[in-house]
Formats: sequence, C-alpha cells, structure tokens
Amino acid sequence: MLEVKGLTKRFGGNVAVKSVDYSVQQGKINAIIGPNGAGKSTFFNLITGVHEPTEGTIIYKNEEITRQPANVIAKLGVARTFQSTHLFEMSTVKDNVIVGHRLRTKSNLFDSIFRTRRLKEEEQQCIAKAEESLDFVGLSHVSDQLVTNISQEEKKRVAFALALATDPEIVFLDEPTAGVNPDETDEMAKLIQKMADKGLTICLIEHKMPMIMQLAHHIMVLNYGEKIAEGTPAEIQKNEEVIKAYLGGTVSA
Amino acid sequence: MNVLTNKKVIISLLIVLGIVFPFIIPNLYYLHIMTLAFIWTIAVYGLNLLAGYTGYLSLAHGGFFAIGAYVIGILTVKLEMGFWLSFLLAPLVTMFIGLIIGLFALRTKEHFFAIYTLCVGYIIYLVIDKWEGLTGGVRGLIGIPLPEAIGPITFQSPTAQYYLAFFIFLLVVAVIYRIVHSLTGRTFIAIRNSEDLALSLGISTKRNKLLAFVLSTFFAGLAGAMYAGFIRFIGPEIAYTTITFDLLTYMIVGGIGTFAGPIVGTFLIVIISQNLQFLQDYRMLIFGPLLTLLIIFSPRGIVGFIQMQLYQRKRKKQESLAYKNREEETNAGG
Repeated sequence: MLEVKGLTKRFGGNVAVKSVDYSVQQGKINAIIGPNGAGKSTFFNLITGVHEPTEGTIIYKNEEITRQPANVIAKLGVARTFQSTHLFEMSTVKDNVIVGHRLRTKSNLFDSIFRTRRLKEEEQQCIAKAEESLDFVGLSHVSDQLVTNISQEEKKRVAFALALATDPEIVFLDEPTAGVNPDETDEMAKLIQKMADKGLTICLIEHKMPMIMQLAHHIMVLNYGEKIAEGTPAEIQKNEEVIKAYLGGTVSA
Repeated sequence: MNVLTNKKVIISLLIVLGIVFPFIIPNLYYLHIMTLAFIWTIAVYGLNLLAGYTGYLSLAHGGFFAIGAYVIGILTVKLEMGFWLSFLLAPLVTMFIGLIIGLFALRTKEHFFAIYTLCVGYIIYLVIDKWEGLTGGVRGLIGIPLPEAIGPITFQSPTAQYYLAFFIFLLVVAVIYRIVHSLTGRTFIAIRNSEDLALSLGISTKRNKLLAFVLSTFFAGLAGAMYAGFIRFIGPEIAYTTITFDLLTYMIVGGIGTFAGPIVGTFLIVIISQNLQFLQDYRMLIFGPLLTLLIIFSPRGIVGFIQMQLYQRKRKKQESLAYKNREEETNAGG
C-alpha cells in the first residue's frame, strides 16, 4: 500500500535516515521502534511530506509522492498525529475537530461571504464528521468543553479524532501514548485496535514495548537511521541485533 | 441578566444607538469623532483577520491604509475621476499591492514577519513622502471631492457622512462575521494554532495565508479610502508607523482574535483619548501602563476577558446542577 525505497535524509553532515526500504502492510498495525534518536520521527516526517527526502522514493497506491507537500499527501488519504498536541485551548473540542474535514470541502471565500448553499451543506458535513470522529474516539461527552479543561489523555484522543476527520486510509501515529499513565495506555491501545478493526492501516512509533508487542502485527526496528530488523513481534523479541541495540554491547548466551 | 447577555438584543441596541446617535448628541465635533472611529474600526478588523485569526502580525497595516487613501486621492485630484469609481478602485489597488508584498512577506514567520512588514510599512511611508510628482510629497493632496449624490441621497452634511461611514461599517462587520464563522475562518484559525498541524490536515497554508493577507489589505485600503473621502486632505503622516501602532493598540485592548474586539478597543480608546485631550502627549503615561497591565492579565483583551468570565460562570452552573442531580439521585436511592 505504502512503500519506500532507499529512503535517505541528511541534515548537513548528519544522516538521520539511511537508505531504508520498507512497506506498510495494508489493514494491519505496523510499528516502528528504535532507541532515542534512531530517526523514527524523521522517517515519519519524510513520508508525510514535512521534510523532503535527500534520496529515495515513496510510493503510495502505485503513485509516487516523494516530493509532494504535506497538504497534498493528506488529501490522498494519509493522516498523522504529532508527539505533542497543538490544539486551540480556548475553543471547544468540537470546534477544534470540525476543521479536520476541511480538506474534503470546496467552499471558498465567496461561499463564506454569501453563505451559499454549498457552504451550508459542507459545514453540516464537517460538523457531522467531527461528531462521528469524536464519538469513535469516545469523547462525545466532552465535545462542548474547552480544550484547556480536558485531560492530557483526552487531548491525545482529540488529536486522533482530528486525524480521523480527514477520512484517511492510513494513519501515522507519532508516540500516541507519550505522557499518558499505564491505565490510559491500555485504553489508547484499545482505541488503536478499534481503528485497525475499522479497516484503517495503522503505522505507529512507540517506546512502550509491552504494548507494542501485544498490539502490532509487524515491527520495523531503526537504529542510527538504519533498518536493523523487521518482522513479527515474536521474531523481533528474539532478534540479537535488536537486543544489542537496546541494551548495548554483546549478547551473552 | 439573560437579556443583557443575549447577543441579538445587544446587537440590535447598538445598531439603534448608532442610528439615533446624531439626534441624541447633535454636536458636530462628536459626530466627527464617531465617524472616524467607524473608519478606524474597519482598518482594525482587517488587521485582526490577519494577526488575530491567522496569527501573522503585520506591521505594514498603516502603510496599506495610506495606500488606499492615496489611491483615491490621486485618482480624484490628479486624474479627476469620479468619487465612487475611485472609491471602488482604492481597496482593489491596495489589495493588488498587498498580493505582491504578501507573496514575499509570507516567506517569513513570527518575529521575522513582523520585522519584515514593519520595514515594508516604512518603505511605503518613504515612497509617499518623497515621490512628490505622484503624491504631492509633504504637502499631501488637497481637495478630494465629496461623494457624488446617489439619487436623492447627498453626502454634503456631516450627518450624511456619518451615516455613510456607519453603513459601510455595518457591512464590513457583517462580512467579517461571515468570514470568521465559516470554513474559511476555521481554516485561518487552524493555521494560527499550528501550521504543521494545518498542513497535516490537508490545508494549503500558503494559499490561505495569502488570502488572509490580501483580505486584511483590502479592509485597510477601504478604511484609507473612507478616511480620505471624509477628511478630504491627506498627508504622508497617515502612512507613518504611529498609525500602525494605533491600530495595533485598538486591536489588543479590544481583544486580539476576538470578533467584537476591534469595535470595543477602537471606540473605547477613541473616546478615552478625547476625554484626556487636556493632558496632551502625557496621555501616553496613562495608556502605557494600562496597556501593559492588560497584556499581562488578559492577553486576549477586554472581550477575551469577558468571554472567559461568561464561560466559567456557565461551567460552574452546569457543575452545580450536575452535583445537585447526583445528590437527588442518591437521596431517592437511599
């Protein structure tokens, strides 16, 4: 579904991502793990168009999207969340999510000023989509609260709802459970599972190993920008390279 | 209490007040001040659209205001075109110049954008001040004609000019209201929150930022054209940075990024400055500390402060209601 070949990113003399070949498995939960500074977030940023790759190609549904800007990639059905949430704190949860469906609407300034039928219809469409997404992530009860008054975990869910409102086919989640307590982490894992059950393809970066091992179907391990292993959770757990990268030094038998 | 916070009631009352004002206070001087306040408010709305809703603080706004004023001045005085045609062209020309400047200015962000536009504003001032052949230099342009009569309506009396400004003001407020409360407005707000997030949501930030910038210059140009038509004499000082900072103060006091902010801020400061005229430039000794306090304690100005109070009161009421319901349930259960 989404495939990268020889993806490389250099920042000056630093190689953040080094010639990575990878393909995201459709309808599955794909995970990317690796020690801090392994280039996971950069890898995400390359795919979603935040950074331009130095070398390599990205193919999505048989179409090359390598140097497309982020907003074009989003329109093709690739959504993402960020490590930190950037919501408008002084506005309600629902108001924050409504704009998520904007990319599927065509209303322009003229429609806004004259309140044309198209604008009214598309606004209803965006509101309905926001309600649907908030319902899906289990936040209907706080949709009229100001974002500043909801919990950190709820804010993460709002970010999910925003990504879902774009009508994606594949969702990239950048550390979805960072800064969330263990109980809430389980709840978030359930939500991610629910998204996959709905038919979405998921690709996530995570540090919480127990969660990843339970949740993911397929795992890729990055270390110093290079892919060092790939496979099912069981395979990854046994892989010596991976254990070495995480623990350092050699593995004693 | 409910009547006082009902938006429709407040808006109707304000419109009625605007209509009857010339009858209640038949003082030409106050009428003049009010007319100017309407004009300033329109310019502040333009600034608020860009700085408040889209998050790009432009310090060239006074410059665009002056461009609008000078376009109508040059067209009517030098080229002897009719007032209304010039009046229509002025904001459009301003918008076009805004488009070209915006293409470059929007390559910068945050502080750099503010500094860049501050320079642009100063360059506009210099061009107006030095290009004597076109703008009349320091002497300015004198004798901008009155608006021609539309059918039976003439614009000779100050009262008629007051109503003209009031009418355009209402129109602008309505248009801004629709822009801000539509998908276009939501798009601007998304860009203000986080450009990265907006991009990841499929929003073309480049195009929407340019749209906000051009729109803001349109309203600046419109206000400038109204100013020139009302005062009928313009000099280069209207392009000076003090105008930009006046507009900025009106916006911040009223509430940056709030809908009612531009009206509240502009009228409040215009009225207070009139009452403090006797202090001359020492007025700033009062304004400075007040502005500082306001920014520290309510970054979203007077309107932002009131909105927060109303919201918290509503929330408390809901909470106490929920608490009461729960108590009743437990009582009934026990």
